[in-house]
Amino acid sequence: MAKRPLSEKLDQLVGLLVRSSSALMVGMFLVVTAAILRNGLSGLSMEFLTTIPQDSGRGGGIGPLIVSTVLVLGICLLVSIPLGVGTAAWLSEFSGSRQVVTKSIQLSLDLLASIPSIVFGLFGMVVFCQKLNFGFSILSGGLTLACMVLPIIIRTVYFGLRAVPGDIRQAGTALGMSQTRILRSLIIPTAMPAIVVAILLGIGRAMAETAALIFTSGYVMRMPESVFDSGRVLSVHIYDLAMNVPGGETNAQRTAFVLLTSLLVINLCASQFSGRWLTGRRA
Amino acid sequence: MILWSSNRLSPSRTDMLLRRSLGLLTCLAASVVVFVIGFVLVESLPAFSEIELSRIISDDTWHPADPDNATFGLIPMLVGSFLVTFCALLWAAPLGISIAIANEFYPSRFMSPIVRRTTEIMAGIPSIVFGFWGLTTLVPLIANIQAPGQSLLAGSIVLGMMILPTIVLTTEQALHSLPNELAIAAAATGVGRFAFLWHVALPTCRGGILSGVVLGLARAIGETMAVLMVSGNIVQIPGSLFDPFRTITTNIALEMGYATQTHRTLLFLTAAILIAMVVPLMAVMQSLNTEQSHG
Repeated sequence: MAKRPLSEKLDQLVGLLVRSSSALMVGMFLVVTAAILRNGLSGLSMEFLTTIPQDSGRGGGIGPLIVSTVLVLGICLLVSIPLGVGTAAWLSEFSGSRQVVTKSIQLSLDLLASIPSIVFGLFGMVVFCQKLNFGFSILSGGLTLACMVLPIIIRTVYFGLRAVPGDIRQAGTALGMSQTRILRSLIIPTAMPAIVVAILLGIGRAMAETAALIFTSGYVMRMPESVFDSGRVLSVHIYDLAMNVPGGETNAQRTAFVLLTSLLVINLCASQFSGRWLTGRRA
Repeated sequence: MILWSSNRLSPSRTDMLLRRSLGLLTCLAASVVVFVIGFVLVESLPAFSEIELSRIISDDTWHPADPDNATFGLIPMLVGSFLVTFCALLWAAPLGISIAIANEFYPSRFMSPIVRRTTEIMAGIPSIVFGFWGLTTLVPLIANIQAPGQSLLAGSIVLGMMILPTIVLTTEQALHSLPNELAIAAAATGVGRFAFLWHVALPTCRGGILSGVVLGLARAIGETMAVLMVSGNIVQIPGSLFDPFRTITTNIALEMGYATQTHRTLLFLTAAILIAMVVPLMAVMQSLNTEQSHG
């Protein structure tokens, strides 16, 4: 009889402990985001978002940097989405019973996902900037990021394709549709939400990246005229202002605000979208 | 499950074309990792002939660009990488595991959804933002206790926050995959919640929990920008939590911009060492996961 209350007390104690760990994490998150959002909001205006930076970024805005960021993301997605969707489609629909092949492809993607971003930076610098002669350019940066986000995109789309019910494939086959037609008109449209989530996750990952871009897309703050120009993205701007430009802190804070809010929006969209899509599937 | 695709007797020409081109894309995607590792290795190979390689261990300073008296000691930075990763895991691993336990075993209608959402969002905060927060908020706080503030302590706090979501999500997944029968059997035999957690759930999920910690470890070793901004970047073995230090990743980021010849080769060698550390960790994690799914 005396044992039971003790174990209940222990249970309550552990409950308190683990719940306060959760509260601690939420607290840390709030401290970080609140600091970034509060410091960055002051002096933030439309003008800051559209004008060119002046005095190494201490003054002026971040207009060209937003353009560079969008261009880098565009190139990254232009390469990684077709490649990722194609690979996911092959893995899901055409790999058949070739277990060994599928396993080793998945292993290689897992490995790719585990490689640190700074290593991607070095790889991009050697291959895209030097060997392929693209120089420090938006193109090199975008291609480097495409290699980096590829595993996320393949995994997300793959699970989306696997979640398409087998009935749909069987119905298509029974109607005499070709495989190409089944994939294009039935499977891909059904799995579209997963592809959208993959795009959002890819943007979120790519936009957050700094280390892989320092040595590939470079530091130039001018408005890029083509993808062969060097262009500084938002995250690199924060890094440079905070570390190398004395007096650049105010604009670094504003840029961090812009970067953080856009990422929060993108990631919330992704999780909202994948949540609804998953619950829809379960129902 | 669906074998029809490869069993079809006479696929049309477009189907064959589609299958071939998708197969080609898959080969390309699968070979990216080979290219990445391959190019880094090729660029680091000259190091073996340019210097006596034992010098990266025997030299105790790092002055690779000095024309007269170059030294190539990587040990202080390797130690820096390990120390900051260890200190980050020291607090982030227990905290992350207890958060996962709270989510799975002590759910609350008010807190759990907030915690889940927070974990998701925190995983998406860029390292540069964590680093910038550390530099502008955390470092001045630490400098109040002991200058300069850019220190092992700042590095491990920022790094721990970055790997926390990884540990929470992986551990939660492991706890969640626990067979329902175990919980039912425990309830039927009158085993309390804590006893079940301590004697059944945690031992059963050991593999999955460990793999979460290993994943966090791998991420922490490879992390660059956040650590760069708060660590002070002085090449030395930190003597206390308040000393500045430099890791192997930040060393690449700081010096690649101007490195030439042997210096450049050595930075690529550092990247190769980094890959060599991460790949076995991945293998360990895979085996832990398999062990868990069998157990």
